[in-house]
Amino acid sequence: MLEIHDLHVKLEDEDKQILKGVTLRVPAGEVHAIMGPNGSGKSTTSYVLAGRDGYVVTQGTATLNGQDLLAMEPEARAAAGLFLAFQYPVEIPGVGNMTFLRTAVNAQRKARGEAELSAGEFLKLVREKAKALDIDAEMLKRPVNVGFSGGEKKRNEILQMAMLEPTMCILDETDSGLDVDAMRLVADGVNALRSPERAFLVITHYQRLLDHIRPDVVHIMAEGRIVKSGGPELALEVEQNGYADILAEVADA
Amino acid sequence: MAALDMPELEVREGVDRETIETVASMGSYKYGWDTEIEMDYAPKGVSEDIVRLISQRNEEPEWMTEWRLAAFRRWQTMAEPRWAMLNYPEIDYQDQYYYARPKSMAVKPKSLDEVDPKLLATYEKLGIPLREQAILAGIEGAVGTPAEGRRVAVDAVFDSVSVGTTFQAELARAGVIFCSISEAIRNHPELVRKYLGSVVPQSDNYFATLNSAVFSDGSFVYIPPGVRCPMELSTYFRINAENTGQFERTLIIADKGSYVSYLEGCTAPKRDVAQLHAAVVEIVVLEDAEVKYSTVQNWYPGDEQGRGGIYNFVTKRADCREARAKVMWTQVETGSAITWKYPSCILRGDESQGEFYSIAITNNAQQADTGTKMIHLGKNTRSRIVSKGISAGRAQNTYRGLVTMHPRATNSRNYTQCDSLLIGDKCGAHTVPYIEVKNTSSRVEHEATTSKVDEDQLFYCRARGMDEEEAVALVVNGFCRDVLQALPMEFAMEAQSLVAISLEGSVG
Ligand SMILES: Nc1ncnc2c1ncn2[C@@H]1O[C@H](COP(=O)(O)OP(=O)(O)OP(=O)(O)O)[C@@H](O)[C@H]1O
Ligand SMILES: [Mg+2]
Repeated sequence: MLEIHDLHVKLEDEDKQILKGVTLRVPAGEVHAIMGPNGSGKSTTSYVLAGRDGYVVTQGTATLNGQDLLAMEPEARAAAGLFLAFQYPVEIPGVGNMTFLRTAVNAQRKARGEAELSAGEFLKLVREKAKALDIDAEMLKRPVNVGFSGGEKKRNEILQMAMLEPTMCILDETDSGLDVDAMRLVADGVNALRSPERAFLVITHYQRLLDHIRPDVVHIMAEGRIVKSGGPELALEVEQNGYADILAEVADA
Repeated sequence: MAALDMPELEVREGVDRETIETVASMGSYKYGWDTEIEMDYAPKGVSEDIVRLISQRNEEPEWMTEWRLAAFRRWQTMAEPRWAMLNYPEIDYQDQYYYARPKSMAVKPKSLDEVDPKLLATYEKLGIPLREQAILAGIEGAVGTPAEGRRVAVDAVFDSVSVGTTFQAELARAGVIFCSISEAIRNHPELVRKYLGSVVPQSDNYFATLNSAVFSDGSFVYIPPGVRCPMELSTYFRINAENTGQFERTLIIADKGSYVSYLEGCTAPKRDVAQLHAAVVEIVVLEDAEVKYSTVQNWYPGDEQGRGGIYNFVTKRADCREARAKVMWTQVETGSAITWKYPSCILRGDESQGEFYSIAITNNAQQADTGTKMIHLGKNTRSRIVSKGISAGRAQNTYRGLVTMHPRATNSRNYTQCDSLLIGDKCGAHTVPYIEVKNTSSRVEHEATTSKVDEDQLFYCRARGMDEEEAVALVVNGFCRDVLQALPMEFAMEAQSLVAISLEGSVG
């Protein structure tokens, strides 16, 4: 599904290399986790995949189902099935959450040559998905993310994911700042979408989320590279010992 | 009148329709097509003879002709104002037509059934209902709310004349007079004489004075004491003829304790040569009455290079003449090459209130210098100004606002919120507030912001699948929300899509 090969990325405005050869393969049906120290390049990886401005790819490739992601506009990547749950969801004053969702859903449907959802169909769907995430009608009416608590913002990202039904879901620290119950809801939301056609890349600092979403593979990112990959036990190791041992081991090798 | 020595009307053919439509379909301006129709024109230019001719065409009484002539003589002594932040070539006032009437309107049709089908088709194509029926509106934003039937009475003005007015009989039963101003001058001279020029005097400013001399038609509204107008009233202005100015005059009188909501819309075909539009709107609001006046101004804005478009010089003013009178101006200005417009409130009555909500969008080479004046004369008067200016392309957008608190206007309040949004780095936004407070108990608050459209917001939208223009439209609509909410429902929806359309080509 998602294939990243030797990706090198620097900042557009300054001569600073952030990613230094990221290589990663997430096959359909699998859940992969990325862990790694602060500032190691996890969010940058997700932004570059989603098509944010400000980065220059100096080397390497990234494809989604064989399509060259890096050559596509952000909206084309979304329509092709890529979704990024932002680490810091953006506030859009004056734009109702519902209006935003509906515009997004219909924009993607249009791009894929499907009929737009009618107001009635949309409403039915959004109510059902929102309920599962414990998002009330009030939150759907409010402007996108404006005045939402940290946890509400994260749940709102998962609501968007549930509505858009992407095939490649990247979650950037969606678990950070969630209380225990909200964590459960988010994990349920992810698990509900798990299917043989869909893949997940979950960026996290904690084992907690991975208890609920059992990953197939765990990757460790450090200084702009994936330095180690392994099974779920790798996350437990990080949880117990931190990154020092792993990084030392890699440096020795 | 026929005995007077009048210049003959000349006949010109309409422009090749196909050419115009082909050109029109290339850009984003949806209303750029024209109607091929035989017209009667007065000779080019303006003179006392032309003023008399217009008065004669409207079958006006002597006093009206004299009123116009006095304005014309005054106008000849005045100079065009140049203080606005607008840059445009000199206007040759003698090189355009001041009166253009469809030939079929030579004898005024008795009802809409008798109106030339081509004219009716024009309004149908514009989406303006000239049949007396409820409009069905699907409601955006409030998903799930059932579509609601609403009736709106329409006065349809085509170039220099009113083609017809709907729901007149039903409105008359409520005591409401809604007709073209030319009919009002003939049928309700006592009201017109009393109020015409009482809010915007003949000599008010260069464009208003010109309008006083040559206005050809427009709408007249009178709401009797205690009456809540049973439906929304609207006037739809269409400029169709080439090289022709439109000079309409609107007079609204809300008698004691009455209420009316009035809507105004306007469009014009795409032409390479700029056209002048100089209107005057006067509103008189008496004790405890309330008027809401909403405009969606969508005149042809000219092309990307700034060729053509409407030069829109408009004087709009409301006089809250008595206690507790209330007026609310809401405008969505997306069209015109040049906009010069300051809908104002004179808060004369004690405890009267004025509100001004504005969205002004300029794209490509458009320029707008717009805002309001709140003149507080009475005690305990209140005013509120919310202005949202959006600039894209090479456009220049100026908010110009005046708030005065006179010595007698004690304990009065004004609140002004003025936000500018820039899209790209070749456009400009300017804020020019004038504040004068001449008593110690009144308070004026002014807040202003200028920002660039937020890249993170746009990326967030695009990451969810919206293309760049859709993302800009959504973010800008959010920016304008406070003003959009002040519009009547169906107008708000039209305005939302207009925001999107007028920003096409502003990014990428
Ligand atoms: N626009 C930018 N300007 C300057 N530095 C940047 C920019 N974007 C990223 N960086 C730097 O790149 C490095 C990687 O940042 P990134 O956000 O990808 O880290 P991360 O792994 O997601 O960290 P965290 O776990 O704290 O979220 C950091 O040192 C960060 O400061
Ligand atoms: Mg991060």
